[in-house]
Order: sequence, then structure tokens, then C-alpha cells
Amino acid sequence: MCLAIPARITAIDPTGQSATVALGAVTRDCSLALIEDAAVGDYVLMHVGYALNRISAQEAQQTLALMREAGVLVDPDRPEPA
Amino acid sequence: MKYIDEFRDRDLARGLAAAIAAAADPTRQYRLIEFCGGHTHAIFRYGIADLMPTNVRCIHGPGCPVCVLPMARIDHAIALATRHGVTLCTYADLMRVPAGERRTLLKAKAAGADIRMIYSTQDALRIARENPGRQVVFFAIGFETTTPPTAVAAKVAKAQGLNNFSIFCNHVLTPPALRTILATAGPQGVRLDGILGPSHVSTVIGSRSYGFVPQLFGKPVVIAGFEPLDVMQSILMLIRQLNEGRCEVENQYTRAVTPEGNRKAQALMAEVFRPRETFEWRGLGFLPDSALRLADDYANLDAERRFAVTIGEVREVKGCECPAILRGIKEPTDCKLFGTVCTPDNPMGSCMVSSEGACAAYWSYGRFREPGFRSATV
Ligand code: SF4
Repeated sequence: MCLAIPARITAIDPTGQSATVALGAVTRDCSLALIEDAAVGDYVLMHVGYALNRISAQEAQQTLALMREAGVLVDPDRPEPA
Repeated sequence: MKYIDEFRDRDLARGLAAAIAAAADPTRQYRLIEFCGGHTHAIFRYGIADLMPTNVRCIHGPGCPVCVLPMARIDHAIALATRHGVTLCTYADLMRVPAGERRTLLKAKAAGADIRMIYSTQDALRIARENPGRQVVFFAIGFETTTPPTAVAAKVAKAQGLNNFSIFCNHVLTPPALRTILATAGPQGVRLDGILGPSHVSTVIGSRSYGFVPQLFGKPVVIAGFEPLDVMQSILMLIRQLNEGRCEVENQYTRAVTPEGNRKAQALMAEVFRPRETFEWRGLGFLPDSALRLADDYANLDAERRFAVTIGEVREVKGCECPAILRGIKEPTDCKLFGTVCTPDNPMGSCMVSSEGACAAYWSYGRFREPGFRSATV
């Protein structure tokens, strides 16, 4: 019930209230009533037809880097991740 | 898909599992409760419980809005559709949840009631616009994740003077439920050491909302994303806090959750809703200030005021352990009906209907596990 999925904004209608988003190969309508300053190309978390929040690309990269680091620390034989 | 595949990466999962195994101190127990059904689902679907050392246990919490909805509320919704003849719009998750005498919305629909499954509150508004001669009621349910879309619908209906639209409000709040679990934890309740905090709820209310957990209850919290690597990293973060004797709110899900949350969504909720004095949760009982009703400015959109409904006493199915499971003190395999009388095709309780319910997760992914390996409530 609380699941929200990452979706990429591909178009915003002139009112700025609603967008077309891509979920992989599928497109859907998505309301922008809950977020501010959305732009085409942004990734949002979509839940029951509404964008709940933007996803931060930078934070996502940092999280993945921490995950890599955690694995590397326990196994000295693992090659450094690229 | 971006932001999904990379958080399901096998090699990273292996590394995190090794890090957890190395961090977990074999002389102590780590009993970690995941509040959200979404976490329960991920833990089973991706076999995370099997990757954990035996002293790291996942306890399943009450965080599935479908599971915690009391049966009487479903009966109430059925009565709106059958006795008052409204068009009832509902999210699909609710269709098969058993109410009293095993009634369901699905059976009511089959018997002729006008019940429509919708994807978004926008659909409910459209149905109301297209059918001006009919009363259209939106069966609103969900935690803070699903509440802002209902608030938007209320604002739109009010602004457009959509007089045939109303809302049957069942929105509930996560912090009071977490508070209840923590307040009753201990010898009589569930024993726990740390909390995997809500994921998408937190995108709205912010990680700051959980400050009371370390302050009042002395337990660490890690706000955790729903992908398998998010869950594993969060477990590692909790283990580290416990090992180092730290006790704070940490945020693993930084790509979507900020300390303050989504202010716009919060302002909308504050405008449209007010806390109810008390509301019943399955398994947890009546909790003060744990649910929302429509604010007085929106009172004429309130289906409970518009239509008088009285519901007789509703009894739980005999033997169904949902209430204890929702409190984290029993597990699905403790229920005599599990997997025999009660299956997803023929659910006796809400925990078997919702895919995020613990019983459905056990049935789908965990039922063939050896007893020593399953994640348990100890
Ligand atoms: S297995 Fe079915 S009857 Fe038993 S607790 Fe779960 S939902 Fe209830």
C-alpha cells in the first residue's frame, strides 16, 4: 500500500500540475500537486498517481558508494570497485 | 529500471551480507522490528532473512494499512454501497479483505453493489464528475504516504463544488502506532533492540518525526528504503549503532527522505485533516490521536456525516492470529489456520490478503523454510 516507484518525468503540461512519466517502457499520467519545481528529466517517487518527492541522483550515488565500501571492508581480496 | 536495478545488485548484496556477518557480535542478540509491510515483503521476497546470522532476527511490525484496518470499517464501507446505494471507489488492495461473517467488497460487488476499483483519487473525482446524479464515496485508507493524494482530492472537490463526492476517511498515522509498540515492548510484549523506520511514509513526514524513539524509548531507528540492498544496509547501520552504544535516528534512504520531509504535502494534510481523538487499529486496539478525520471546513465532504451507518458487533474469525502478528508477538506459522484453511485464495484475515501482510509474505516466500532458518519473533 505504501509502495511508490521511481518514474522519470518526460513532459509537463502547461498548467504545471500534471506530468507524463516513464516507468521503464510504460508511460503514465502523474499529478505534480504535491511537489514544487518539477522539471523534465527529474526522477520522482510515484504513488497512487502522485509524485511524492524527487529522488536525489547525488544521494543515490553516495548510498551505492557506501554499500560498496561496506562489502570491500570485510573482504580484503575483493577488487576495488570502479 | 533506474533506482531499482542497482539497489538489487547481487554482488553488493553479497558484500553487505558479509559486512553484517562480520559486524554482528555473536555474544548478543539483534532483534530488529521492521515497521513497514513493504520491508516485510522485501525481506521475504529477496531471502534477506536467510542471509542474516542467526542472532539477527527480523520481527514484523504493523505497518500495512490494509492489515490494521478493523473489520468494522470494511463493513461500514459495504453498508455505504449496499444500504445507501452509493458508488464506492476503492483501491484494489481492499477488495478481498474479510469483514464480518466473511463479507468482502468483492462479494458485495458481485451481488450488484456499485463498487469501483480505482488507481488514483483523480479517478474517483472523474467518476463523480461523470455521474452527477449519483453519490460517489472514496474509501480513503493509508498512512501518511497515501494521505496527501486524498487531501488534494478534497481540495479539488471543494473548489469545484463537486457536491456528489465525499470521503470515507480511514487514514492513520505511523508515529502513534510505533509509540504503542514501543510502550508495550518488553517481557509482556515484543522484545526488540532496534527499528527499521518507515520508507515512503518518511518521504512525507521526514526523518525528524522519529526523534521520540531514541529520546523516550532508548531504541535506535534507521529510516530504510524498500529495495533489498536498502534493507540490508539499514540492518548493518542498526547493528553498528547497537555495537557502538549509539542510539539515534539515522537515515539510510537519503535519496528520497530528508529530515523535514515534504512540506507542501504536510501543509495540505494539515489544512484538510484533523486528528481523531481515538481510532481502532487491528491488533493494537484504540489509539489516541492515531488517525485523521476531515477538518470542519471540509465536513460536508465527510461520508461519515453525510450517511448515517450503524454497524453491529463484528467478530474476528475464530483462530485468526492477525492481531498478535500485527503486534509482533506471534508469527504466521503460529496460526493453526495458516496454509490450511487460510491461503491467499481463501484468506481468513487481512494479513493474508495484502501482499505486504506477514501471512501472505510467509505463504509466498517462506513457508517451506526449516524452522531454524525462518525469521522469528523471539
Ligand atoms: S494465517 Fe490467516 S487466519 Fe491465520 S493469522 Fe494469518 S490471516 Fe489470520
